[in-house]
Amino acid sequence: MTTAPPLVPYAEALERYEPAIGLETHVELGTVTKLFCGCPAQFGGEPNTHVCPVCLGLPGSLPVPSRAAIEFTIRIGLALNCSIAEWCRFARKNYFYPDMPKDFQISQYDEPLCTDGWLDVMVDEGDAEPQHVRVGIERVHLEEDTGKSMHVGGATGRIHGADYSLVDYNRAGIPLVEIVTKPITTAGAFAPAVARTYVAELREVVRSLGVSDVRMEEGSLRCDVNTSLAPRGSGVLGTRTETKNVNSLRSVERAVRSEIERQAAVLDAGGTVALETRHFHEDTGITTSGRSKEEAEDYRYFPEPDLVPLAPPREWVEQIRRSLPELPSVRRERLQAEWQLSDADMAALRNADAFDLVAGTVAAGASPAGARKWWLGELSRRANETGAELAGLAITPDQVARVAELVSSGALNDQLARQVIDGVLAGEGTPDEVVAARGLAVVSDDSALTAAVDEAITANPDVADKIRSGKVAAAGVLVGAVMKATRGQADAGKVRQLILEKLT
Amino acid sequence: MSELTTMTAADLSAALRSKDVSATEVTQAHLDRIAEVDGRVHAFLHVAAEEALAAAEQVDSRRAAGAELGPLAGVPVALKDVFTTIDMPTTAGSRILNQWRPPYDATITTRLRRAGAIILGKTNMDEFAMGSSTENSAFGPTRNPWDLSRVPGGSSGGSAASVAAYEAPLAIGTDTGGSIRQPAAVCGITGMKPTYGGNSRYGLIAFASSLDTPGPLARTVLDAALLQEAISGHDPMDATSIDEAAPPVVAAARQADVAGLRIGVVTELSGEGYQPGVLSRFSQAVELLESLGAKVTEVSCPHFRYALPAYYLIAPSECSSNLARFDAMRYGLRVGDDGTRSAEEVMSLTREAGFGAEVKRRIMLGTYALSSGYYEAYYGKAQQVRTLIARDFEAAFGQVDVLVSPTTPTTAFPLGERTDDPMAMYLADLCTIPSNLAGNAAISVPCGLAPEDGLPVGLQVMTPVLADDRAYRVAAAAEAAFTERWGHPLLASAKGLDGASGLDADDTKGAGR
Ligand SMILES: [Zn+2]
Repeated sequence: MTTAPPLVPYAEALERYEPAIGLETHVELGTVTKLFCGCPAQFGGEPNTHVCPVCLGLPGSLPVPSRAAIEFTIRIGLALNCSIAEWCRFARKNYFYPDMPKDFQISQYDEPLCTDGWLDVMVDEGDAEPQHVRVGIERVHLEEDTGKSMHVGGATGRIHGADYSLVDYNRAGIPLVEIVTKPITTAGAFAPAVARTYVAELREVVRSLGVSDVRMEEGSLRCDVNTSLAPRGSGVLGTRTETKNVNSLRSVERAVRSEIERQAAVLDAGGTVALETRHFHEDTGITTSGRSKEEAEDYRYFPEPDLVPLAPPREWVEQIRRSLPELPSVRRERLQAEWQLSDADMAALRNADAFDLVAGTVAAGASPAGARKWWLGELSRRANETGAELAGLAITPDQVARVAELVSSGALNDQLARQVIDGVLAGEGTPDEVVAARGLAVVSDDSALTAAVDEAITANPDVADKIRSGKVAAAGVLVGAVMKATRGQADAGKVRQLILEKLT
Repeated sequence: MSELTTMTAADLSAALRSKDVSATEVTQAHLDRIAEVDGRVHAFLHVAAEEALAAAEQVDSRRAAGAELGPLAGVPVALKDVFTTIDMPTTAGSRILNQWRPPYDATITTRLRRAGAIILGKTNMDEFAMGSSTENSAFGPTRNPWDLSRVPGGSSGGSAASVAAYEAPLAIGTDTGGSIRQPAAVCGITGMKPTYGGNSRYGLIAFASSLDTPGPLARTVLDAALLQEAISGHDPMDATSIDEAAPPVVAAARQADVAGLRIGVVTELSGEGYQPGVLSRFSQAVELLESLGAKVTEVSCPHFRYALPAYYLIAPSECSSNLARFDAMRYGLRVGDDGTRSAEEVMSLTREAGFGAEVKRRIMLGTYALSSGYYEAYYGKAQQVRTLIARDFEAAFGQVDVLVSPTTPTTAFPLGERTDDPMAMYLADLCTIPSNLAGNAAISVPCGLAPEDGLPVGLQVMTPVLADDRAYRVAAAAEAAFTERWGHPLLASAKGLDGASGLDADDTKGAGR
């Protein structure tokens, strides 16, 4: 075994080489049933309970395609600006593996349902001008997922060395869409960021279509990243590696970066990059060699004879096209204009993962400024404190909108509003319920306030004298005393006004 | 032999309906017949006596209660052991399934049960329907009731023999390259390969998905039509099932007339390699149809000569993939799982032990034909030939209404004669394969005995896709005319099983004349 040369620092690697990347993304569709049978397609469940003769591949069973899965795939294809095939077929991908019930996977090979589209992404690296990149989409196709193997015993959790393996076929037959990009060759040093931004944008697009919950951590969105390097200016594509097991947006970026550094070292040392599958390790941030493509199997693809060709009628495709929701990029542009935000404001919102939350809050009636103030301010601070994601806070955009409304109507001031948010986050109910339960309201009753003001003046004669002698700035001390006495429920401006009326 | 076992399904149906006999009596008579002769014929792999009698009793009580039952209610049927049955083992003639008990019924099984047909048991077959003699069964061959030293054809040899031996009036088979028509022909009965997609494949253990077609075997054309009508029609569980009304085959079998019909004799399906007696009986059949008012012409289908090689690329290719699932992981045989071996080793040992030689040969052929670098030259080319054969049919059906040929080049051959010569075995399906490749309907009906060996010869009638009724119409007309000429059904001449004293058969000359 030869030792791999040390990594080449990223900036240095980019001086000599041009990276090309490509992404293969698998999205588990959120259809009610599996792709070829009536079993539920939902995640989880007791092992081997969502199964039937068809998804277990029992002898004699036959697949019947789900119309919903085909429609969902077409939705994705249209949203990615693809052409939808007028006629295409499923194909069998043949290989033996215990978690494949039929020992072949029904997939698509040379006749995918959707081809030749694109997805525009905006890469914002903070220190440089945001870059607009158009990522070409090679194909979008539909296939069935496999079962899940669990290897028990042994050190690695892999099949080799395990004492025994258990297989759960609940996942077998869940519809899976594979989205393959064309090689992205012009990203240069931005390649890792382009990869991450592409996956993030793709996830938003798919989510907006309502066809999948696209959760990377649950595996309903899985990503393989291809990376290759070529000498600068050579105009060729280098040998690529395919990195698997890339399970978060951050990992997508790190995996590309790490591969660029590793491949540069191999090439610098006069070696050649092996065409192989590599595994990404979250903990170390590096990739290690997996299966070499030379030993790769011949899948003996051929058209699936148990299914008839797929020929989506054009009227149906157009009907689906008309039913597409506003896509995330279009929506972002529209709202940015409506909210009158600068590109920087917009970038801040997106970097804080607050865009959708603000949009939801505005949709619930808040002003854009009010919604941004709460999400980027108080709520971002709370999320940071607890290490939670902003969207994971126990408060909804509707509730934030209500808080903002209570403030703008004068029923609450900012300090009280923060207490309402405390209550909502603590699970005490809706903002109105918290207000009622905690008895929070701005005190606007003049007689009660006047009494509190008189009390404060009596208690602080020195300060009162200063104000009488023209040192108006000293009024802050009395305002503070009144606010304290009213437990923050008074309107500070009103209090100040009363004090000055009495002493000047 | 009870008279109930020699009656046609149509006659049994009438007798049952008028309550002259009970389903229990009819079923018991057939079970008795099976007990009497199946030790010699070996048509059945599993006889479901108890279940059959229980089903018969149910039919009787429903009929007694005044229920309106279909024509097959109480009529026994034998089921090829390639269809799943929840209450009987299903083997596909292979050791690898290890007497598997399926958790579900095939659509055909369900429809038979719903029609009130009594499933007597599961019939023998070439392993995974790969073969033309039933000698590839892992459980020993079936013998031809005409001559127990000869094969009953295959792969539905058990189904054909059970009907020819009066063990069942009706049987279900499957036809991938001739597996219904060829055994029907060499056993002297009627067998029909319906239009592909006309009968559901759900629960039929696949050999070659794009070719496999379930269909009926019976002693008369009308009986075959009655069985087909009971099982055919769209099935939402089979994506290749045709979503259209099934052709009215029973009415066509009753119509039985060919006056004015244009009949084309396929030039390419005769001549060298054909047994003289087969050709002479075939010519007589054509003359007979002409005498009944049909207009006979000769039609050339030039690509039919490539049908056999194309078939032996497409069918093995599909089977190499279809049979991959027999991997010892979930059901069936498991060999070598002693805790030290990997899953891959167990898969390999199980497949080595569980599959017979012919199945392995075809898996290897198919694996090769689909391999990267060979795909275009083999599988791809074969698919092109398939298209050309379908075009030949289209062109021919532009000139004539039906095409005819002998069903098989020879009569039943002796057991063991071709087991070491796969090519000779494959030739048995020479005339039947084109209709599988094109998906159109074709029927085989007896047309006499070959003078040189006194064994039955089949006439094949091929029709366009979804014109199954036309095949029944022509076959029924030929059957009526032949029966009139012979003075009795052809099968009455069979002596292999019951000897001269068995049936009131006179001689072989009647049918050989
Ligand atoms: Zn299922």
